[in-house]
Amino acid sequence: MNRRLANKENAIRLVLLLFALSSLLFLFIIFIFILSEGVPLFAKVGVKNITMGTRWAPTKGFFGIFPMIVSSFMVTLGALVLGAPLALGCSTYLSEYAGKKTKMVLKPSLELLAGIPSVVYGFLGVVYIVPLIREYLGGSGFSILATSLVLGIMILPTITSISFDALMSVPAAFREGSLAMGATKWQTVYKVVLPAARSGILASFILGMGRAIGETMAVIMVAGNALKIPTSLLDPLRTLTSNIALELAYATGDHRRALFSTGVVLLVIIMSLNLVANFWVKRRVDK
Amino acid sequence: MRINPRLIDKLMRGGLTFQALFTVAILVAIVLIIFVKGFPYVTTEFIFSYPEDMGRLGGIFPFLVSTLFLGVLSIAFATPLGIGTAIYLTEYTKESSLTRCIRFGVESLAGIPSIIYGLFGFIFFVIKLRMGWSLLSGTLTIAIMVLPTIIRTSEEAIKAVPNNLRTVSFSLGATKWETVTRVIIPSAAPGILTGIMLSIGRAVSETAAVIFTMGSSLRLPASIMDSGRTMAVHFYILAREGISLEKAYATALVLIFSILVINILAYYIMHRMIARFS
Amino acid sequence: MRITITGLLLLSVTPFLLGCGNYTRNGSESRKSTVTIAGSTSVMPFSEKLAEHFKIEDPGITVDVQGGGSSAGIQACLNRTVDIGMSSRELKGDEKRLDELIICHDGIAIVVHPQNPIKDITLEQIRAIYGGRLRNWKQLGWIDRNIDAVTREEGSGTRGAFEELVMAGTDIHDSTMVQDSNGSVKEVVATDPYAIGFISLGVVDAKVKALQVEGVAPNVENIKTQRYRMVRPFLYLTMGEPEGAARLFITYVLSKDGQMILKKEGLVPINE
Repeated sequence: MNRRLANKENAIRLVLLLFALSSLLFLFIIFIFILSEGVPLFAKVGVKNITMGTRWAPTKGFFGIFPMIVSSFMVTLGALVLGAPLALGCSTYLSEYAGKKTKMVLKPSLELLAGIPSVVYGFLGVVYIVPLIREYLGGSGFSILATSLVLGIMILPTITSISFDALMSVPAAFREGSLAMGATKWQTVYKVVLPAARSGILASFILGMGRAIGETMAVIMVAGNALKIPTSLLDPLRTLTSNIALELAYATGDHRRALFSTGVVLLVIIMSLNLVANFWVKRRVDK
Repeated sequence: MRINPRLIDKLMRGGLTFQALFTVAILVAIVLIIFVKGFPYVTTEFIFSYPEDMGRLGGIFPFLVSTLFLGVLSIAFATPLGIGTAIYLTEYTKESSLTRCIRFGVESLAGIPSIIYGLFGFIFFVIKLRMGWSLLSGTLTIAIMVLPTIIRTSEEAIKAVPNNLRTVSFSLGATKWETVTRVIIPSAAPGILTGIMLSIGRAVSETAAVIFTMGSSLRLPASIMDSGRTMAVHFYILAREGISLEKAYATALVLIFSILVINILAYYIMHRMIARFS
Repeated sequence: MRITITGLLLLSVTPFLLGCGNYTRNGSESRKSTVTIAGSTSVMPFSEKLAEHFKIEDPGITVDVQGGGSSAGIQACLNRTVDIGMSSRELKGDEKRLDELIICHDGIAIVVHPQNPIKDITLEQIRAIYGGRLRNWKQLGWIDRNIDAVTREEGSGTRGAFEELVMAGTDIHDSTMVQDSNGSVKEVVATDPYAIGFISLGVVDAKVKALQVEGVAPNVENIKTQRYRMVRPFLYLTMGEPEGAARLFITYVLSKDGQMILKKEGLVPINE
């Protein structure tokens, strides 16, 4: 009887192990397929020609995605510059100043609002932000500025949420000690709590960056999708993600493979960002 | 001249409060705009009739159905895998290089942007497995996409179950599996359910991954191999092509409303069940 | 709990698996009563319109219209994954294995915002604008603002036709904005007073203004008399002779009723 029970337990354990390995399996399949479609072109045309090439004309044999790499980074940085300070201020308020009741109302609200689909952000960007930029600042409105604004708003919930967790995990003793020595609340926050939560906050920025650089639909709607490297905040641009989404439906042969190559580059960038973020988060825990 | 630290304190407090309110205000404004502009056009007719003239007229019924099936089916595929993984990681092993590997896999899946899922789903399900643009392709792709979220939230929920529950169960003679199914999962259910609900919300608002796997057919899908259009995709097409601003707002409202309802339900169930078990 | 989940899973999937045989909306019999069409996004809205009317004629047949682009439609047709492929460009090389049928002709219109006072444009000017040499509206007699030129994406049949008929070898400059459908190009031009774009003539409506090219207005008459030269055929492609429901639909499209519908939409019917 005991052996049967043990066998049943072992069988269950095996099944669950297989379930758990499925994640690795999916990751593996995804990587295999993206790489198998994207890497051959690197071999055929040359990694430098693709990643450093400045001309994208895939039907004519030009697969340079350098402008898009630059553009992706530019709007992501822009999104951080616009969104991170605001999000950090918000999370600092929530963690250090807000009462329990406020916390209970605001935090779930923020999470609810994080559920707004990205296409809605893009749409409102087109309807409200793009015309404003065109009216008052010039250009067509479809620009780095518009894209950074939209992305900045989109990553607010992400950064707020994660930096909030980081701030909340700073031990109360830190704050109490500081206050006991006569510091004001702000001095405590500024000189004790924020530095203590530094790794987690930085991790939230990186994860926000990851979300921004991976965003597709909203960007297509407000970026203008021009191929040139933008030279001003008001210039239109195309990101790595938009490139894939704009042309995937129509592409065949080498053109399609080039889009997968774009995907490979994107994956490399985002995986690196995630690794850095995880490393920073782990440092926080070890500290 | 040294500025009074108490003054700075007051200023910063004001500044931070402002930032928090501003952040919430932006997000609330978004919902309000959609509500105000879309509400007049969300009629019963809109919800239950079929689209005409590429969506310029008529309603969104087929899209509601496609969205519903995508949400439910993708969760149905992902949940057993997700909860199983979470159970394995928490209850059946200690931390080892294998578990670290698995966690790495989960974290990586979580970090992959949706367009890559779209690329993958397109080349793997639609083309290589010859499923074509279909509910099936879309569902499978989205299932993999939400899997990490379910694993994470389930793991958190299971870890939060107090240890003495397990001890008591074992001391009563239950096997590990019985403990898991009869004690731990019910106790972790609120958290797990929240994760599921949030994932449904995410699945339903996805566009990039869905467009390239499920297609954008205007028809009501009659089988799992048919293409379909979700509300998010329909909204995207309406908005970009300028087909109908009013219908776009209305579709967005129905979409956001559904997501909000699902999220609120999630929190409600979670609080109810926590209250019941404490 | 796991059993309940599995049970729910099976329950929810079953009705769909039962429907695997491609039932029509009425729930009746075989796959022969569905016609799948996919391809050019330029042709798509018109196929959709035809499908809507055809449904009234023959309620037993459902026509399922998908986009994907001319190239994708051609591929799908070659692979036999669809009954009919749609293309807004000529077939090349190996693609010519397919049977092609011209269902109508479509003009490519150069459009600007309704507030734009310019009425006429020369081919050279269009080439200069899209080639990146002509950058400011004041060079065309309007205000001092940059021209926001919009093009379609690479691989688009419309862009291919535009490049062939207008650009004649000059590359489209990489500072031009790109949108991936006629509708979205039109939308940009309709909302940006300083924009210019090219779209399918059949898509032009009151939201944008179509310019005369070299003094010739883009309309059906001028296309028929060949005065307006920026024209391309809309093609329906089949692998071999069309059969069954597909044949019935194509017959309808080529009939007087079908062509009338296309004409009403601003396309140039073939039979007149």
